[in-house]
Amino acid sequence: MTTTKLKRFSTEIRLETSKMLLKRGFGHLGGAFSIVETLSVLYGEVMNIDPSHPAWDQRDRFVLSKGHAGPALYATLALKGYFPKEWLSTLNDNATHLPSHPDRVRTPGVDATTGSLGQGTSLAVGMAQSFKMDNKPNRVYCIVGDGELNEGQVWEAFQYAAHAKLTNLVFFIDENHKQLDGYTKDIMNPFDIRLKLEAFGFNAVRIPGNDEDLILKTLVEARNVEDKPTAIVLDTIKGQGVTYFEQLFDNHHIRFTGEGEAALKDAIAEFEKQLTEVDA
Amino acid sequence: MNIVKATAQNPKELRAVYTETLFGIMEKHPQVVAMDADLVGASGAGKLFKAFPNRCLDMGIAEANMYGAAAGMSLTGKVPFLHTFAPFATRRVFDQMYMSGVYQNSNVKVYGSDPGFWAIHNGGTHTSMEDLAMTRALPTMTVLAPSDATQFAWCLRKAAETYGSFYIRAGRKAFLDLYDPSSEFELGKGIIVEEGTDIVIFAIGEMVSESLKVKAELAKENLSVGIVDLFSVKPLDEELVRQVSKGKRLIVTAENHSKIGGIGSAVAEVLAEVGNTAPLVRIAVNDRFSEVGTADYLMATLKLNASSMIEAIKAKL
Repeated sequence: MTTTKLKRFSTEIRLETSKMLLKRGFGHLGGAFSIVETLSVLYGEVMNIDPSHPAWDQRDRFVLSKGHAGPALYATLALKGYFPKEWLSTLNDNATHLPSHPDRVRTPGVDATTGSLGQGTSLAVGMAQSFKMDNKPNRVYCIVGDGELNEGQVWEAFQYAAHAKLTNLVFFIDENHKQLDGYTKDIMNPFDIRLKLEAFGFNAVRIPGNDEDLILKTLVEARNVEDKPTAIVLDTIKGQGVTYFEQLFDNHHIRFTGEGEAALKDAIAEFEKQLTEVDA
Repeated sequence: MNIVKATAQNPKELRAVYTETLFGIMEKHPQVVAMDADLVGASGAGKLFKAFPNRCLDMGIAEANMYGAAAGMSLTGKVPFLHTFAPFATRRVFDQMYMSGVYQNSNVKVYGSDPGFWAIHNGGTHTSMEDLAMTRALPTMTVLAPSDATQFAWCLRKAAETYGSFYIRAGRKAFLDLYDPSSEFELGKGIIVEEGTDIVIFAIGEMVSESLKVKAELAKENLSVGIVDLFSVKPLDEELVRQVSKGKRLIVTAENHSKIGGIGSAVAEVLAEVGNTAPLVRIAVNDRFSEVGTADYLMATLKLNASSMIEAIKAKL
């Protein structure tokens, strides 16, 4: 039951993200699509939130450290009712509430401003440390890109999270194997990310990043881990969920013209069809 | 604002003032936390860390994470005070100060210690002559350069009570006492420390005391020197700068900072908009690096001491 619901939510997030990007004509589709299932599980099932009260202090916190995936987060927040769905068509418009990278001052439901890579990890660490200090039950979730692991600050934050035993903190590493200039192994080889995080003192697991059921199960298990923060390395594909974009080499920031525009329109039609079928 | 001049000298080390004042702040405000980057021994905040073990965090030698974590804590309602040496509190974490800090309207208070020549035997590597230039350029950042212990303590208390990002630069050693502890200051308000009719010196930090020596020396030559303490570097008391500059033969600025982007630049910006003012002499570090040495040696070498100031002033009169 949960899985069906979450799969439907994932399709909705991809559909709304696609529509936003089609309207804008360009955007970070690759890295937005690779985190869709994770957003679906977090906002669809796991996080303690109240979309009608975005500033509720007992809420769990979410930090999208790889801020360029903002459109996927906006789609998720709109679908949860944080703000009117009509806002989605204003992505990157002049004076919009939805800038390319998440901005907590401008958008209801965004817990942290991100975009300068690496910084979200420390923001998440600070939030988790604060809750732990006060013995509060709030949990903190943070998605980090695999390319983002190039940033030194990420490793400072990881060291501290393990040192301070932030059991209320989960880092997802979206290992979609590519960064702007090409494959991560060619730009800055990450080697075995799970092993690195384990060596840093994390409860570190690696799972397929397109399996809502498994992501959910892993998060539930993480709650019982003592004395260690959790890191979940998600094995994903940049552009995940649409074959054309998965296979497109330069799929970090895409301009939707010609073939790309047609592929995005086809994807939208396909997502809409899938949703109709599920509902039937 | 209620300024009462100090009547006696009993200067305290500013690092002791930091610990003492923060102790009082933490007793009063349960949301205040203290963070340091493996410099608790240098800041002398050990007493604080012992008294509030759950609210004091040594974040290790990882300043970017310290700043970011502080910003994250502030988004959950905490009011973090950070300490590290001025170059690491600014230059090393400037992008964190920008995005995790002011851009997302977080609430982080920073004490950057030993700015400028106060790096003494740590030398040029540990010297920040550009921290004011950097922090002044950040929208919404409050930038303070206190001139004595009383003012430093007031800045810390004000930072605790005011939402927003603060950068407070001060040495760790004692500065001469200028104000009685009963003094009350105001953000964005300069203080006329001494009246004078020929020359006005707009000074910050330790350079306010140095300017008093200049005043005493020039009085012997019948030159009347006024001194204004512009500790609130941002917001700046532009009105006071305009007012006090009127009718002077010479306008002087004095700071333990680069000539580029500090209080001299800030005053010059105000005066250029007024037009037709007296000539301006900026006592500051002239676009060069510092080095190891004693404070006296460095003040002389960097041309910041009273005799260098007098020489520069006379050359323009």
